[in-house]
Amino acid sequence: MLVAFILFLVIVGSIVFHFWTPWWWTEVASNWGNIDDTIILTFWVTGAVFVAVCLFMSYCVWRFRYKEDRRADYEPESPRLEWFLTILTTIGVCALLAPGLIVWNKYVTVPEDAVDIEVMGQQWYWNYRLPGPDGKLGLTDLRNITEDNPFGMNLDDPNGLDDILIEADDLHILLGQSVKVNLRSIDVLHDFYVPQFRAKMDMVPGTVTYYWFTPTRTGDFEILCMEYCGTGHYAMKGRVLVDNEEDYKEWLSEQINFEEYMASLNKTELIQLALNNKETD
Amino acid sequence: MAADSYEDIAVGKGDPIPALEVKPQDLYHAKSFWTRWIFCQDAKVIGIQYSLTAIAIGLVALVLSWLMRLQLAFPELVPFLGAAEYYQFVTMHGMIMVIYLLTALFLGGFGNFLIPLMVGARDMVFPYVNMVSFWVYFLAVLVLAASFFVPGGPTGAGWTLYPPQAITSGTPGGDGLGIILMLVSLSIFVVGFTMGGLNYVITILQARTRGMTLMRMPLTIWGIFTATVLALFAFPALIVSCIMMTLDNLLGTSFFMPAIVEFGEQSEYSGGSPILFQHLFWFFGHPEVYIVALPAFGIVSDLISIHARKNIFGYRMMVWAIVIIGALSFIVWAHHMYVAGMNPWFGFFFATTTLIIAVPTALKVYNWVITLWKGNIQLTIPMLFALGFIVTFVNGGITGLFLGNVIVDVPLSDTYFVVAHFHMVMGIAPVLVVFGAIYHWFPLITGRFLHEGMGKFHFWVTFLGSYAIYFPMHYLGFVGVPRRYYEMYDSEFMAVSTNYLNQFITVMAIIVGFAQLLFLFNIIVSSKFGKLSGKNPWKACSLEWRTPEVPPGHGNFGKELPVVYRWAYDFSVPGAKEDYIPQDVGPSEVPEAKAEQT
Repeated sequence: MLVAFILFLVIVGSIVFHFWTPWWWTEVASNWGNIDDTIILTFWVTGAVFVAVCLFMSYCVWRFRYKEDRRADYEPESPRLEWFLTILTTIGVCALLAPGLIVWNKYVTVPEDAVDIEVMGQQWYWNYRLPGPDGKLGLTDLRNITEDNPFGMNLDDPNGLDDILIEADDLHILLGQSVKVNLRSIDVLHDFYVPQFRAKMDMVPGTVTYYWFTPTRTGDFEILCMEYCGTGHYAMKGRVLVDNEEDYKEWLSEQINFEEYMASLNKTELIQLALNNKETD
Repeated sequence: MAADSYEDIAVGKGDPIPALEVKPQDLYHAKSFWTRWIFCQDAKVIGIQYSLTAIAIGLVALVLSWLMRLQLAFPELVPFLGAAEYYQFVTMHGMIMVIYLLTALFLGGFGNFLIPLMVGARDMVFPYVNMVSFWVYFLAVLVLAASFFVPGGPTGAGWTLYPPQAITSGTPGGDGLGIILMLVSLSIFVVGFTMGGLNYVITILQARTRGMTLMRMPLTIWGIFTATVLALFAFPALIVSCIMMTLDNLLGTSFFMPAIVEFGEQSEYSGGSPILFQHLFWFFGHPEVYIVALPAFGIVSDLISIHARKNIFGYRMMVWAIVIIGALSFIVWAHHMYVAGMNPWFGFFFATTTLIIAVPTALKVYNWVITLWKGNIQLTIPMLFALGFIVTFVNGGITGLFLGNVIVDVPLSDTYFVVAHFHMVMGIAPVLVVFGAIYHWFPLITGRFLHEGMGKFHFWVTFLGSYAIYFPMHYLGFVGVPRRYYEMYDSEFMAVSTNYLNQFITVMAIIVGFAQLLFLFNIIVSSKFGKLSGKNPWKACSLEWRTPEVPPGHGNFGKELPVVYRWAYDFSVPGAKEDYIPQDVGPSEVPEAKAEQT
C-alpha cells in the first residue's frame, strides 16, 4: 500500500536525517554543556514518541485499509487504555521537566565569585564596561548620555571612575573566570548571544537584565544580536575573545578607564564631584 | 421579516422525542441581489465571503514568503529587496497568516458555514450582526492592505510588534503611517470578530435542535466553540495593547515606552515598560495559537472518524481535552518570554504549566491514531490530509516540548528552530486540516467533488514539500542560525553547507507555493465542472449532510428541523445494515442495530 509506505519512509527518512545531519550545534565554550544534555534528553524522549505514533499510524493505514466486505470495529472508549496513556505521558513530561528546571535554577543563580561586567546595546553596535580594580560598576543613567558621556555614567559616583570603557566591537574575557553579564540597552530591545556560550537574554531599555557563564576554552567567538532591533539587526555583530591570563592582562593594560577618558577630553572638571566623593570615602 | 415562519413539528416515529427547547427562528428573506449575495445575512454565504477574503489576503502573504525565501537563498535574484522591505515582508507575512487568514478562515469561514448546519439551526441567532461582522473584517483587511501603499510602507516591526522598536525610526514604517495602520487594522479586526464570536457561542449554546445535547455535538463544533470562547477572552488584550501603543505613538504617552536615546537624541518618553506590552501581547498571542489549533483538532477528528468508518475513540476525553487545553492556554503565555528579561523565577511556573498542556494534547493524538486501529480506512483526499496533519502536528508538537522547557529554550529561542516549530505546529498542520476540510465539505457547498487527481497531487506536494522545508530547518536552529536576519551565512560557526540547506528550503517553498495555485484552479474548475456528488457522498452521520437540498438552501432544513437521537459517530454499529447511522435516525428506524451510542 503506497500511502502507508510513503508515511513509513517519511519517518525513516527523519531518523536517518537526524543521525547523518551535518548541521549540528557548535562546540560548547562555556559551563553550559548541561543545556546540551537536556536537549539530547528531550530528543530521545520526544523522538521515541514521534516514531512510535507515526509508525503505529502507518501500520494502521496498511493493515486496516478499506475493504468493501469488512466492518470497522465499534469501541467508543476504553477508560483503562486512556488512563494508561495519560499516566505514561505524564511520566514522560516529568522526566523532561525535572532536569530542565534543575538546570534553569543553576542558570538564574549567579555564583558568588562571578565578576560583573556590562554589555550595552544600541542600534546597531555593542559597548562594554568592566568594573576596574574596585570590582564595582559605577551607576549610570540614560539621561546622562551625551556625546562626551556615551555610557551615561553618573558623574558623582566614585565607583565609576575606574570603570573601563570599551567602545569597540571586541570584548575580552578571562578563561575560567565566571562572569555575570549585566545587559543594558539605550534604545530598543537587543539580545547578547554567542552561540558557543549557549546563554542568552534580551536587553530591555529601562531595566538591567543579566545572565552568567564561565568560559571554558580560549578562542575568538562571534556575538550576534538575537532580538529583532530594526533595519540593522542582522549586521549587529561583535566579537568575544576568551584569553588566557597573560593575553588578558596585556589587553586590559591597553584600555582606559572613565577618569582617563574624561581627562583625554579635557573634561576632568565634570567628574570633580566624583573625585571629591572618592576622597571622603 | 418572517414572511413564512417555520414550524417545529415533532413527527412521532415511536421514539421518545426530546423536549422543545428552542423557539422557531424568524429568518430574514433576501429579496435582491445585494441582500442575497453582498450584504447577506445567511451564515453559509457569510462563511464563504470570509473564506474567500481570507484566502485572497493569504495569497499576498504567500507571495511575500517567496520573496523572503529568495532573499535568504538567492539574493541576487531579488536586488530590489533591501533590509527594510525584507522586514516589512516578514511582518506582514506573519500577521496576515496568523490573524487575517487562519483565524478568519477557521472561525469566520468554517464557523459560519458549519455551526448552524451541524447543530441543526436555521441560521445564526443574530444574522444581521453576523453580516456586519464580515464587513468589519473586510474593512480591517483593506486597512491592512492599504499600508503597503502609504509613504514608508507597512510596518517592519515583526508580527509581535514589540515596542520600543515598533514605533521608533530605526524600524521600517515605525515613524510613519505603517505601524498606525497595522494597529488600527488589528483593532477593527477585534471589533468585527467580537460580533461574529458572540454569535457563534450563543448559537451553539441556544439554538441547537431538539436532542442535540452538548455531548452529542460533533467535535468540529466543540473545537470552534472553545476556540471562539478563547478568542473572546484573548482579543481584548490585543485591542488594549493596540490602543495603548497608538497613544504612545501619537500622543506621547509612556505605557510601553521607557526613556530611550535614539541615535543620540534623548526621547520625551519616560517610565513605560516594553515587557508590559509583551505580557499583554502574549496573553492574547498564546491563546491565539489554540484559536487556530482547536478548530483544526475538532475538524480533523471528524475527518478521521468519517473516512475510517469508525467512531472517534474516546469522545468524552476528546471534548474534555479541548476544554482543558483551552483553559490552560491562558496560563502559559510567558513561555514566549523566557529570555525577554522578565523576572527569571517566572520560568519555573510557566515551564511547568506549558509542559502540563502536553498531556491533553498528546491524548488527542493518541485518540486519533487509535481511531484508525481496526477501522476501515478509506484513503480519500480528506483522509490523506488528516494523516499528513497527524505527522506534521506530532512533529511540531514535540518541538514544543523543547521550547516550553525553559532551559532548553535558552539556546534555541530566536533561532530557526522556533521558525520551524511554529510553522509546523500552527502553520502547516492547521492548513493541512483546512485543505482536508475543503475537500470534505466542497460537495456540500457546491454539490460537486473536487477533482481527485489534482487533489492527490496537491496533497503529496504540500505535505512532503512542507515537511522537507521545516524538518531540516530545525537543524539550522541547532547550529544557531538566528531568525529575522536579512542576510546571513557569513559567520564562521555556520558551515558553508548551511547555505545549501537554505537554498534547498527556498526551492521547496516555491514548489509548495505553486501547488496551492493548482488547488485554486481545482476549486474554480470543479465548482463548475466537477463530478456531481449527490447527497451525503461520504456517508457521514452529522446533520449538515441531512438537509433536503444539496447545497443546503435558505433556512438549511425543510419545514421541520431534524430531531437528534444519537451522537455524530455511529459508524459500523454492529448489526446495522449500513455502516453509518445518521444523528437524526431514531432507534425504531434501525431496530437491528446493537450497542449504538445515544
